[in-house]
Amino acid sequence: MNGVPLLAVGSEPLALEPLVSAVATDSDGVDPSTGSGRCGAIVTFLGLARNHNQGRRVKHLEYEAYAPLALKTFARIADETRERWPGVRVALHHRTGRVNIGEASVAIVTASPHRADAYSSCRYVIERVKQIAPVWKREFFEGGDVWIEGATADPDDMSAREHAERVACA
Amino acid sequence: MRVTVRLFARLRDIAGAAELPREVSAGATIATVWRDLSGEFPGLSAYERSMSSALNADYARMDAEVHDGDEIAFLPPVSGG
Repeated sequence: MNGVPLLAVGSEPLALEPLVSAVATDSDGVDPSTGSGRCGAIVTFLGLARNHNQGRRVKHLEYEAYAPLALKTFARIADETRERWPGVRVALHHRTGRVNIGEASVAIVTASPHRADAYSSCRYVIERVKQIAPVWKREFFEGGDVWIEGATADPDDMSAREHAERVACA
Repeated sequence: MRVTVRLFARLRDIAGAAELPREVSAGATIATVWRDLSGEFPGLSAYERSMSSALNADYARMDAEVHDGDEIAFLPPVSGG
C-alpha cells in the first residue's frame, strides 16, 4: 500500500499521480486477478472550477459533503462500476471547502486491462457522482452566491443508473 | 426519544443550523421528523418532493422508523462534481 485511499472526501487539494499509482499497483482485495501488471489502460478525469456558469462570472466555489454517506456512496459507485465492467479498478476523490477557479473539485482514475472499459467506466463514475453523491456546490459569483441543486439523490433509481451507463457507452 | 437532525446546503441555510437535537415519539418515522421540522421552518416544505433522506448515514426511505439516538439527515438535490 502507498497510503493513498482509493476513495476519499476532504479539503486537501487533489492530485492525480497518487491516484494513478494507487489503481495501478494496489490490490483493493475485490478482484485480485487485476493486480499489478494486469492493467493495460488508465483513464483520468479532473473536474475543475470554471470561471463562468449560466451567464454568471464565477469567483470561486465552495463544496459541502455529508462525509460518511459520501464515502459509502463512492464505494457503492465503485461496486456498480465493477459490476458493469468487471476487472476495472476505481479511485475517486472529492474535495470540500473552498475551490478556486482552475482548481480541481473531483478526481477520478479508472484502470482496466483494456482502454475501452477504462474510458467508459471513468465517465460512468462522474455521471453517478453527479446523480447520487451527497455533495453540494455553492457558487460565488459577481453579485451574489447560490447553492447549485442538481439531481434528487436516489441510489435505487435504476433509470438513473441506466442513463449513466448509456452516457458512459455513447 | 431523542434524535439528531442534520441539514445540508440550502436546507441548513433555511433552518439556520446544521444540526438540531429533536424529541420524537415512539413509532416516529423519518416522515414524522420532516413534517415537524417543516412546520417549524416553513421554507423547508419547498423541498418536500426533491429532497432525499438518510438514517445513520445511509440513504433511507421516508417511511423508515427512527429510534433513540438516531441521526436523520435531509439532503437537497445534490451538485457534486
